[in-house]
Amino acid sequence: MSTSHNEQGAAKRLLAWVDARFPLTKMINEHAAEYYAPKNFNFWYLFGVLSLVVLVIQLLTGIFLTMNYKPAAADAFASVEYIMRDVQWGWLIRYIHSTGASAFFIVVYLHMFRGLLYGSFKPPRELLWIFGMLIYVVLMGEAFMGYLLPWGQMSYWGAQVITSLFGAIPVVGDGLVEWIRGDFFISDITLNRFFALHVIALPLVLIFLVVAHILALHEVGSNNPDGVEIKNTKGPDGIPLDGIAFHPYYSVKDTVGLAVFLMAFCAVVFFAPDMGGYFLEHANFEPANAMKTPLHIAPVWYFTPFYAILRAVPDKLGGVILMGAAIIVLFLLPWLDRSPVRSIRYRGWLYKLPLGLFAAAFVMLGYLGMQPPTPTYTYLARLGTVIYFGFFLLLPWLSRVDKTKPVPERVTYHA
Amino acid sequence: MSEGVDKSRRHFLTVATTVTGVVGAGFAAVPFLSSWKPSARAQALGAPVEADISKLQPGEMIRVGWRGQPVWILHRTEAMLKTLPEVGSFLRDPESEQPQQPAYATNESRSRKPEILVVIGICTHLGCVPAERFELAPADLGPDWQGGFYCPCHGSKFDLAGRVYKGVPAPLNLSVPRHRFLSDSLILIGDDMGVA
Repeated sequence: MSTSHNEQGAAKRLLAWVDARFPLTKMINEHAAEYYAPKNFNFWYLFGVLSLVVLVIQLLTGIFLTMNYKPAAADAFASVEYIMRDVQWGWLIRYIHSTGASAFFIVVYLHMFRGLLYGSFKPPRELLWIFGMLIYVVLMGEAFMGYLLPWGQMSYWGAQVITSLFGAIPVVGDGLVEWIRGDFFISDITLNRFFALHVIALPLVLIFLVVAHILALHEVGSNNPDGVEIKNTKGPDGIPLDGIAFHPYYSVKDTVGLAVFLMAFCAVVFFAPDMGGYFLEHANFEPANAMKTPLHIAPVWYFTPFYAILRAVPDKLGGVILMGAAIIVLFLLPWLDRSPVRSIRYRGWLYKLPLGLFAAAFVMLGYLGMQPPTPTYTYLARLGTVIYFGFFLLLPWLSRVDKTKPVPERVTYHA
Repeated sequence: MSEGVDKSRRHFLTVATTVTGVVGAGFAAVPFLSSWKPSARAQALGAPVEADISKLQPGEMIRVGWRGQPVWILHRTEAMLKTLPEVGSFLRDPESEQPQQPAYATNESRSRKPEILVVIGICTHLGCVPAERFELAPADLGPDWQGGFYCPCHGSKFDLAGRVYKGVPAPLNLSVPRHRFLSDSLILIGDDMGVA
């Protein structure tokens, strides 16, 4: 008994020693034990934490993949096969990484949709939303460059198509494409360069942005399904009455959500790592060949909504501009939405209906982007594009005339 | 000596230091940005290549790799050449007004010799390789099809001179690389200096 007492005393003394030299306890309190989150979070609030977990999974598996991968045109495809066949457990590490890429976009898309549902982008969380959007853009670059590395047919021709997009820019386009590729075509030089960006440059930017995203979140506080600002109703101790400490309450709750997520994740890794061609495209099991285009080129599913918008326009520069605009317009969301109410629970059908149409159009565009461009599909892609942009362009007006319900003072909570 | 701070002097020094620093950073960025341009080795590997067409019969096409791109050399028959004026009204740029070819290929056949077409087989939409479809009026391309090239990626169509059709995503005619005939049977692709 006295020993455990002494040990406790020793641990406390060690912590005090550290705290005098580094703000350890202060940081833990600020970001976990004394970070008060609204008590009415539902399952939509899991996807932020899950994104963070997937980022860690990608960093860890990625580090181990670089130990056996060779970023050279002559060796890349074979080195991936080497990882899959000869490296002990290499197949598992690679499948976790390739599944993680798709899982990353699944949780990020759901996380973003949560923001649309509950108005998490509205003041004072505009900058939080912008950091999130920057993370999304960098993540797309990271995924695109990572997809070139296996040096399969789809890697090669996907990179060919996407880098060609810059050629649409007047005057500087052609020189820019050459500068990005470092050669007159997608070559060994391009592969080596994309490898450097994929494993060093973009991950560093990503980590920096994630830290900024979390710091901004903890500065303004979390939104919640009611869109009520919990900081407006504080108890005598200065703690929001509707707030509970992130740790242990949400750290434990998130662990349960994480367990469910990992079950689904592992099911894919072990039983369907290529997900029927959606996570790993079949054409990519053939080495890159600059002289032969696969008959059907489609990017991986998480890019297809934007690819469908690109193809919907019968003009190259116009298609590229519209595709870029589809992403830029998301950054402007906090200023397009003029509604005084955050959560969809208290907004009228003039938001609910357009949001539903927007989500349906996004999914439809995602499907069309994977299919060959038949006349019917092209027509549907144009319809989807009009709905996509219509949502944002009409939002300033719709959100003002929409009939909202009164928002309660405190969060609603059904135990 | 004055105890007060000369704010305008401090402001001037701050601005001058900042401007100098920014200019210096700009110069320092040049080597890094330039390192992304094609290296000396990449440029050497992108040097001109020779193609032997002595065995190329009318109606046949060969592919030559140059700068990692497929260059097509098509020996057109009389019948093929006759289709070129016929399809003109279906084309986006039938007169080759866009700078997609050297001056010596700015003619109806888009070539130095009418029968020999030299063109880069990369779709001007997003860089796929179009497929050769020389047959007349196949089921999938319609009864008006006079033969040409069809891009499987996004459905762009080109005629037998690499000219793009209207109403397809590709904006421009296929690009004609700089080239010259070293002899009747030898073409140099990537260079047109010296004798024609």
